Amino acid sequence: MAVIGGGPGGLAAAVAARERGAERVLVIERAEELGGILQQCIHNGFGLEALGRDLPGPAYAQHFVNRAHETGVQTLLDTMVLEITPQRRIYATNSRQGVIELCAGAVVFGMGCRERTRGALAIPGTRPAGVFTAGTAQRLVNIEGYMPGRRFVILGSGDIGMIMARRLTLEGARVERVLEIMPYLSGLKRNWVQCLQDFHIPLQLSRTVLEIRGTQRVEAVVSVAVDDRMLPIAGTEETIPCDTLLLSVGLIPENELSRRVGIALDPLTAGPIVDEGMGTSVPGFYAAGNVVHVYDLVDWVTLAGEVAGRSAADYIAGRVRPAVHRLRTCAGENVRYVVPQWLDPESLALGAQQLQLRVRRPVEEKVKVVVTADGVEIAHKTERYVRPGEMVTVKLAPELCESLRSAQELQVSVLKP
Amino acid sequence: MIEKKSLICVTCPMGCRLDVSLDGGSVVAVEGEGCKRGLAYAQDEIKDPRRVLTTTVTIFDGIHPLLPVHTTAAVPMARIPELVAALRKVSVTAPVRVGDVVAADVLDSGIDVLASRDIQRR
Amino acid sequence: MNIPYDVIVIGGGVVGCLTARALSRYQLRVLLLERGADVCSGTSKANTAIIHAGYDAKPGSLKARLNVAGNRMYAQLCEELGVLSERHGTYVVAMADEELRTLEELRERGKQNGVPGLSIISGSRMLQAEPLLNPQARAALYAETGGIVDPFMMTIAAAENAVTNGVTVMLETEVTDLERQDGRISGVRTDSGVFSSRFVVNACGVYADTIMAQAGLTGFRIKPRKGEYYVFDREKSRVRQVLFPCPTPVSKGIVVTPTSHGNTLIGPNAEDTESRDDIVVTKQGLDEVFSGAQRLVPSLDKRDVIAVFAGLRAAGSSGDFWIDAPAEAPGLVNVAGIESPGFTAAPAIAEYVVDLLRECGLPLVPNRAFNPERKPAPHFSELSHTQQQELIAKDPRYGRIVCRCEMVTEGEIVAAIHAPVPALTYDALKRRTRLGAGRCQGGFDTPRVINILARELQVAATAVTKRGFGSELVRRKTKDIGTGGMGE
Repeated sequence: MAVIGGGPGGLAAAVAARERGAERVLVIERAEELGGILQQCIHNGFGLEALGRDLPGPAYAQHFVNRAHETGVQTLLDTMVLEITPQRRIYATNSRQGVIELCAGAVVFGMGCRERTRGALAIPGTRPAGVFTAGTAQRLVNIEGYMPGRRFVILGSGDIGMIMARRLTLEGARVERVLEIMPYLSGLKRNWVQCLQDFHIPLQLSRTVLEIRGTQRVEAVVSVAVDDRMLPIAGTEETIPCDTLLLSVGLIPENELSRRVGIALDPLTAGPIVDEGMGTSVPGFYAAGNVVHVYDLVDWVTLAGEVAGRSAADYIAGRVRPAVHRLRTCAGENVRYVVPQWLDPESLALGAQQLQLRVRRPVEEKVKVVVTADGVEIAHKTERYVRPGEMVTVKLAPELCESLRSAQELQVSVLKP
Repeated sequence: MIEKKSLICVTCPMGCRLDVSLDGGSVVAVEGEGCKRGLAYAQDEIKDPRRVLTTTVTIFDGIHPLLPVHTTAAVPMARIPELVAALRKVSVTAPVRVGDVVAADVLDSGIDVLASRDIQRR
Repeated sequence: MNIPYDVIVIGGGVVGCLTARALSRYQLRVLLLERGADVCSGTSKANTAIIHAGYDAKPGSLKARLNVAGNRMYAQLCEELGVLSERHGTYVVAMADEELRTLEELRERGKQNGVPGLSIISGSRMLQAEPLLNPQARAALYAETGGIVDPFMMTIAAAENAVTNGVTVMLETEVTDLERQDGRISGVRTDSGVFSSRFVVNACGVYADTIMAQAGLTGFRIKPRKGEYYVFDREKSRVRQVLFPCPTPVSKGIVVTPTSHGNTLIGPNAEDTESRDDIVVTKQGLDEVFSGAQRLVPSLDKRDVIAVFAGLRAAGSSGDFWIDAPAEAPGLVNVAGIESPGFTAAPAIAEYVVDLLRECGLPLVPNRAFNPERKPAPHFSELSHTQQQELIAKDPRYGRIVCRCEMVTEGEIVAAIHAPVPALTYDALKRRTRLGAGRCQGGFDTPRVINILARELQVAATAVTKRGFGSELVRRKTKDIGTGGMGE
């Protein structure tokens, strides 16, 4: 089994596959060390769900790196995968061995996600030095040891942006504003408290960057309020002097390799369409973690990676029976997407299954999460609130197996009572 | 006179909204906590807000120039700038193992600062 | 000041670099001065990168003549310099019956200009050639000599080949005034000293009239006209053909074209501007570009955009190219007003300038050692696995990918830093290797490239810039805080 990417999703898959009996498991990682993005996420808050402990990102990574070594997972570091064929022939390169050709019995994608950029937002203005994505700045500050600026404006209230606001402040920079185009926070509420409020960093909702100014280096950004269609409101402009603009405006699953293999992608998640075992549309290819959809917590990435790793190990061992019948899951009222997109009702015979979803709009009161099968309610749960930045999960009990055998479609809705 | 205050619990990523009732500055009731840690958080947050600090210290001869570190427990928020300034002067030399004590009993609080990962020698 | 140069070329755009290269065919001491941190940092870096066939310009104009002549030179030039180009023709699309006449007029004008291979094709044939085209297309003018080129590499390769053949290139050197002696222009004054020469070629793009004014010439003015562009992800919104709408009196209209690297590029709009460095992208301009492009290709999706940029056309007050050796300023040759089709015309402009210099008395003795060929640096992603393996065996740094989207290796980066015209900045590396030009726009490679540039140039990381002094990428080491605590 080959795992593409040694971040939390890939490592979990590799370890789970070894524990499930896969003999030769290889993780191919483009960085010089395992752990993926967690190595730069030095803040705590990781591991409460998966390990029952509150760990900083690198310590959480260390746990799974150690597990990988203990379970005999092989690794190929500083190695970039160039190409994968649908027959699972893998071409990769590094400076020690040159171009390597491998053949895998199963492939698990764990490429994670990338950040949306200034170009993707088409922010008007000049194009000076000093515009970075929050994650790039995080790597510079926490790993490379460089501060990308002195006075910052952060666009987007994603978690990395807020966490960087705190981090930069602790390292002596000034964070002038965090601007969020939506009328609500896009990251976790607790980060608003402990990263912004603790340091008196103003969060401005329903505001965005209208223009970047500066010839060689950023000199200022102009912010503007937006209306409910997200269009700028004239007369609300504010020029904020700064030398750096950080962008925390969303993550996109990284699926260039998957696309070239011909794997079907979901336009809503930008990740592969998967079944309950994290299998993709091409046999023998599985997907683990943020490459499928962007999770709110790394703990869920780990758990999803374990599912993918076990499935891949079963595939290699010939234990996977193709599904006779699959249900399509789809998004109903106030739901942006649902993962997995396919569900084999027979899988419920082996245990409960989970649907994961994200809402479109926040609701700060009790809501009902309802699952219907061809229009008939089969499961529901109550949430005290729902927020786009936080995933919602809903369980399907094993007892539903029988009734779902004849169903076609599962729809999940989030309704006000 | 009962005063109402709304807090977001930062103990875990759930971010529970706590509705706190105060009487003369003391917490008399908390609603909305998802677990028992919420109660303790609310009481601390009103009287003596505390946070876990995560930052980096200089490491020599390592594969990276910085070592991520964290406090073993939440430290008083008001003293975080002081602690950060002190840690800026701390340096260690590779190799370092996760959990190694980088600074002991910081701020005379009994709280240690630990390495958050292994860093091998370059 | 030491031995004078024979010719000083001011301006490292495509015209200046090709002129310097053309001069290196002769036994001459040539100096090329560029105020930016790299050649190709003005108009040449921000344009539509199309090799125009030559049906646009007014018959009899210098534009018409040099466009057609330049077009004919492109195939050989790209071959010699190892520059990517494609010659699959270009199309002007008529979307309504009333535009059919325009196609006829353009074909007629093309004939007068001496453009070969012009034909009018039906809407259905046009749609076959470009399935993404708006199905309402009525007909198109097909110009088989049209094509696309990598504008960065054309300019850089010309400069590199010139250097290999003996030209001196000085970057980050700004001309502040012209020197005069005995009624002649005798050199230039710069921020790094005075350089004397027998001739000065003014190839300053949007600043050409500034130099002319320094020579006392006031008959010509640059009227910069801004154009804005979108670049799309290579995997998405991908067109195959170069598509022009029917032109208007001021502009060729919003073009939809593939680049030589396979990204779709749309633009430019046309907006007169007073400033010579107004490359500010505006919401209004972008909206104009997008809606214009959607008339040709309705399926374009803003979610597939990876970058936006703006460039200035060095349009002149005469409406035509302005290339002369004015009697009022002997020793000076002006190459001004080089707007579209300037990039196509550039090789012919260079020859034209050489001829002018000859007429002005510059002796041109062939340089027997002149080597017209430049071996392009290898691009890892374009090689077969076997070729990649051979390259890595020779230099292991070609095995390490630094830019994941464009698959650029450390070997390519290091080679570009030490090339005949060295890449000293992040943007210079981007133009040569395409690092950071993909969908993540440098998010992954920037920290790595900062370290490589610092190592290879033997400077601190804080001295590494995006495009020269003042555009430093990082400010200080994380732990090097001055006095004070939080909140700098």
